[in-house]
Amino acid sequence: MSGQDLVSDQGLRVDGRRANELRQIRVRMGVFGQSDGSAYLEQGNTKVLAAVYGPHQPRGGGRGGNRSGTGIINCQYSMAVFSFSAGERKKRPRGDRKTQETSLQLRRAIEAIVQVELYPRSQIDVFVEVLQSDGSDYCAAVNAATLALIDAGIPIKDYSVGCTATIASMGASEEVDSKDETGSGTGIVDANHMEECTGATTLTVVALPGAPGSNYESDTDNSGLVVVAQGTGARLHLSRLEGLRQRALQGCRDTRVILDQAVRFHLTTHDPHFI
Amino acid sequence: MLTTKTFFRKTKRGNILKIVREHYLRDDIWCGSNLCSICKHKSKDLVLDEDPESRSSLYPQGHYLVLDTNVVLDQIDVLEEDALCNVIILQTVLEEVRHRSSNVYKKLRDIIGDPKRKFYVFVNEHHKDTYIEREPRENVNDRNDRAIRVAAAWYQNHVNASKGARKEKQKVDVVLLTDDAANRDKAIGEGINAASMQDYVASLIDAGFLQDKLCKRNYVLEGESKTPLFPPHLTPAQIHDGIKSRKLLQGTFLASRENFLEGSVNVEGYEKFILLQGKLALNRAVDGDIVAIELLPEDQWSVPSDLVIQDEEEDPSDLLEDETELKAIKVPKNIQRTPTGVVVGIIRRKWRQYCGILQPSLVKGNVRHMFVPAERKIPRVRIETRQSENLSKQRIIVAIDSWPRNSRYPLGHFVRALGNIGDKETENEVLLLEHDIPHNRFSDAVLSFLPKLPWLITEADVTQRVDLRHIDVCSVDPPGCTDIDDALHCRELENGNLEVGVHIADVSHFIRPGTALDKEAASRGTTVYLVDKRIDMVPELLSSNLCSLRGNEERFAFSCVWEMDEKANIIDTKFHKSIIRSRQAMTYEEAQLKIDDETQQDSIAKSLRGLNSLAKKLKAKRFENGALVLASPEIRFEVDSETHDPIDVQAKKLRETNSMVEEFMLLANTSVAKKIVQDFPECSMLRRHPEPPQANFDPLVKAGRNRGFVINTASGKELATSLNEAHTEDNPYFNTMLRILATRCMMQAVYFTSGMLQPEEYFHYGLACPIYTHFTSPIRRYADIMVHRLLAVCIGADATYPNLLDKKKNHELCYNLNYRNRMAQYAGRASVALNTHLFFREKVQNEEGYVLFVRKNALQILIPKYGLEGTLYLSKKGEVSPVNFIYDEEDQSQKFEHIVFHSFDPVVVQLSLDRSNVQHEKLVFKLVKPVIPGFSIPTKSDPEMVPKSNIVPKRKTEEKPTGSEISGGKRGRRKKQKK
Repeated sequence: MSGQDLVSDQGLRVDGRRANELRQIRVRMGVFGQSDGSAYLEQGNTKVLAAVYGPHQPRGGGRGGNRSGTGIINCQYSMAVFSFSAGERKKRPRGDRKTQETSLQLRRAIEAIVQVELYPRSQIDVFVEVLQSDGSDYCAAVNAATLALIDAGIPIKDYSVGCTATIASMGASEEVDSKDETGSGTGIVDANHMEECTGATTLTVVALPGAPGSNYESDTDNSGLVVVAQGTGARLHLSRLEGLRQRALQGCRDTRVILDQAVRFHLTTHDPHFI
Repeated sequence: MLTTKTFFRKTKRGNILKIVREHYLRDDIWCGSNLCSICKHKSKDLVLDEDPESRSSLYPQGHYLVLDTNVVLDQIDVLEEDALCNVIILQTVLEEVRHRSSNVYKKLRDIIGDPKRKFYVFVNEHHKDTYIEREPRENVNDRNDRAIRVAAAWYQNHVNASKGARKEKQKVDVVLLTDDAANRDKAIGEGINAASMQDYVASLIDAGFLQDKLCKRNYVLEGESKTPLFPPHLTPAQIHDGIKSRKLLQGTFLASRENFLEGSVNVEGYEKFILLQGKLALNRAVDGDIVAIELLPEDQWSVPSDLVIQDEEEDPSDLLEDETELKAIKVPKNIQRTPTGVVVGIIRRKWRQYCGILQPSLVKGNVRHMFVPAERKIPRVRIETRQSENLSKQRIIVAIDSWPRNSRYPLGHFVRALGNIGDKETENEVLLLEHDIPHNRFSDAVLSFLPKLPWLITEADVTQRVDLRHIDVCSVDPPGCTDIDDALHCRELENGNLEVGVHIADVSHFIRPGTALDKEAASRGTTVYLVDKRIDMVPELLSSNLCSLRGNEERFAFSCVWEMDEKANIIDTKFHKSIIRSRQAMTYEEAQLKIDDETQQDSIAKSLRGLNSLAKKLKAKRFENGALVLASPEIRFEVDSETHDPIDVQAKKLRETNSMVEEFMLLANTSVAKKIVQDFPECSMLRRHPEPPQANFDPLVKAGRNRGFVINTASGKELATSLNEAHTEDNPYFNTMLRILATRCMMQAVYFTSGMLQPEEYFHYGLACPIYTHFTSPIRRYADIMVHRLLAVCIGADATYPNLLDKKKNHELCYNLNYRNRMAQYAGRASVALNTHLFFREKVQNEEGYVLFVRKNALQILIPKYGLEGTLYLSKKGEVSPVNFIYDEEDQSQKFEHIVFHSFDPVVVQLSLDRSNVQHEKLVFKLVKPVIPGFSIPTKSDPEMVPKSNIVPKRKTEEKPTGSEISGGKRGRRKKQKK
């Protein structure tokens, strides 16, 4: 499998998408009664559940809890033991290095949109559980967390949207990039598990893409601001980074449109204030 | 944009496992036909003709073809012809082909890429109307067949619908070609036009030559013997189990070059090769195949027969010849036997296309003929052709299709003809094909990256480079060399030291990474030199003009400049890109004359003398370290300028200047190697020469011992010393022959990526230097271009790019370069052999030679004058000779009465070209001296008529051979780069 091109000569990927196409995104908000906000999100076969509790008084305040002027965000990212598609089981759902690091990054992504100064001496808990993993797990987690925050009614500055862009590290894919007439950038967007396993390099970007129309072409101001970027896989030559970033940002914008629609649909159909 | 239907595919793998994958179906996959009015094509997708022309009598309507997988796999040679156009390749087929044969897949992709052929890939698996799910209990093959039928039917409907919209223009059919009878029947039942490839091709207008190319699967015997000749092969599952339980072994089958009934298998974990003897043991394995073998019990083990047997039977009958010769071998008890086995199954065929000649059937009008491959390791092949008259005089290419149990030979089909046998052009073509050397014209895409003429040096270039135009640089090369890639200078500095510069053509300036030009050069890997032809790695504009450091022209160079003291110690090394103007492009001879002529005192002469004296010191240092001087017979043909036929042969001469240039190239290479490894320890391209295992030296040590010399092989240095000391009075060529033997003990020097090995393994054995690379010939070697790029980054003259720093990528590149290099070397040798044949065409000549090896039934003779090696048979199969030689294996000698042949013994042999078989010319060696009644032939007489009476027996020792003037050296076009 490795060394193979991610995009065929006919311009299709293994699952039939084109390079710049996202997987199908399905959303349900308000799935739990107990939590203050919750969301269930599917990006293809990656399935994620997010729940938000708070803002509330910090617990475990033996040492005084949160005395600072801003609220704190507490994130927990975990992967269900049965989440792998390849059949093996994970030993522990959380607590290992990888999920701990992901939790940390998830907190960064949330802190960027929640106006923590509005919640002094309080805490917001965000729990994300990956039920099924098929690539781009972290991005799906960020997207689900954003939706859960919205469901919880916590004011946010913008959608915090994650998206990956993947580029084959092997393979002479330079010419593939140039003939790609669909949008700017290089690489494929929103890779699934199979594509991630080809030995390719993945750039994960969490951005605040801004609403379409609000000069989101430029990414110098807050719109299109990259919050978290993380690369995995083989080494990436610097000259390819920009194209990859463009592609990932475009993916974030596309995702934002879909999420936004889903939120509006949810509110118009379920929220009593809108009926 | 996206049809959001999600499908799940479940696959089982090993233990039962459920894999769920998304499978998106789309509505934006177009049919690719020009007549279509429904699809929203982009113009580049329109591949198929609006009204395809029909050449088939079976389907007089214009039609598109849909191919089944088996057709593509088996009949790829037919598809490669221009005959079939307007073809739809379904993705199902493409995927299947990719999994089954990467070779065919590559060819198919090439065909698809050719716009003239009008092959359109239809992604039926992702089309919303043509995707089908596998039904319960349906196997994958059946599902794929059904998918193909569904797609064909869809096309038919689609085309009809479009046509309706276009007002009954002309009817276009869709025809499914499949060789699977069941699939065909089902298709016809579903109302799809379907035919077998055979029928379809036969119905074409110009079917004749295509029919020859059809694949042969089944073989019906004309004769009696219906019983299978060979034992059956095990099924893949049985083989798998056998290997798992260690009952069977897996390895690559290597046929013996000398004995067609013998072969060996290289099994991992076994020190020795496993021997296979006899047709049944070989069981239809062809050289290169990966086979499963069963080891015989130890009491049935045998030893290699040491016989030279060729399959020369004229009658292509299906009887297995009795293998009396093999059986006659008595295994001496005291000798260690070799593990012996039999082939029980083939894991993977490595069949490719073979060059060779047709051996027409003796029966007139018969369409079945035998094909004799040029490569001796490959068995003869049965083919069917109707053009035997025509083809019997030509070199042809044939592909093997199958080897059924009841056939003594594999079945194959004709692929194409190369040209008349004996034509220079044809023979060269054969040579290039056999060695897999890309020799097509450079494509337009490649040429588009060449600089535009007139090429001028701009101001910007000058500021980026060091201007060395004021320095007196000159180049020294063989006569007639047009791709000059190195130039030298030497001048005295004010502090009394010497400044020496090596200037290498700056090819990496013109060949930018990632361009088509770069890729083509990387794939060719090296320029190939044949006797009368050069196959360039880069287009001529670069190789002979812009990059070539011609005399009195301003050129870009990559310079390596040292400051040296009188004793040739390096004080300082600098690298920079530069502009130079070579004062003069000299030949070795001219340079030598200039050095020797004391009256010449111009700057170039001084510079050359300086270089020469430094080179001698450098060389002395190298030998002190244990560098080897090896030898291989090397000759040069005088070629007729009109006919390109060789007129005369002479040994290459070596001058001081050859070694002078060589020394500085070696120095430059080592200096550069050190520099790039310092900066890029992970991804530098280096060259190493591994130390051969001691067992390799056995023949050399044995040969030395026969003559009373002890050859010490413990280290390179000891070997060099022993070789230097081994001289005999009576045989001045002895030392050179020892060196030739030593060369054959060596391993190949190879390119590698520094990150893949430990620094200790970088060692170059032949040069006795810890680190080495190739930097000095970028015009003709791709490795040098890579090294140039690395060095350019080191000195800040250029930027990196992704692949340059990719260890794995570089490793793959090295693999290709090593392969190309080896092949280029073999091709060069084969070209020399070919020209030797041409040279001997009308001649019968007596020549002095030496016995190189003693075999059981033959002597291997080396003729120094021509650098030619050949076999002198001492006994022939089925021939009763009055002279029976006795072979002594311990002593490596052949004895008849009082005449004994040892290695290194001088002999006189008569050389002639056996043209009795017009198709297969052979150089024949016949013994002249020492005279053996009834075996040797008299001087200057017709070889056919040997009057036995007038031979006076002579003792071998009476012969006093005159030493021939061959100096040792390395093989290759030019001495210096070979190491």
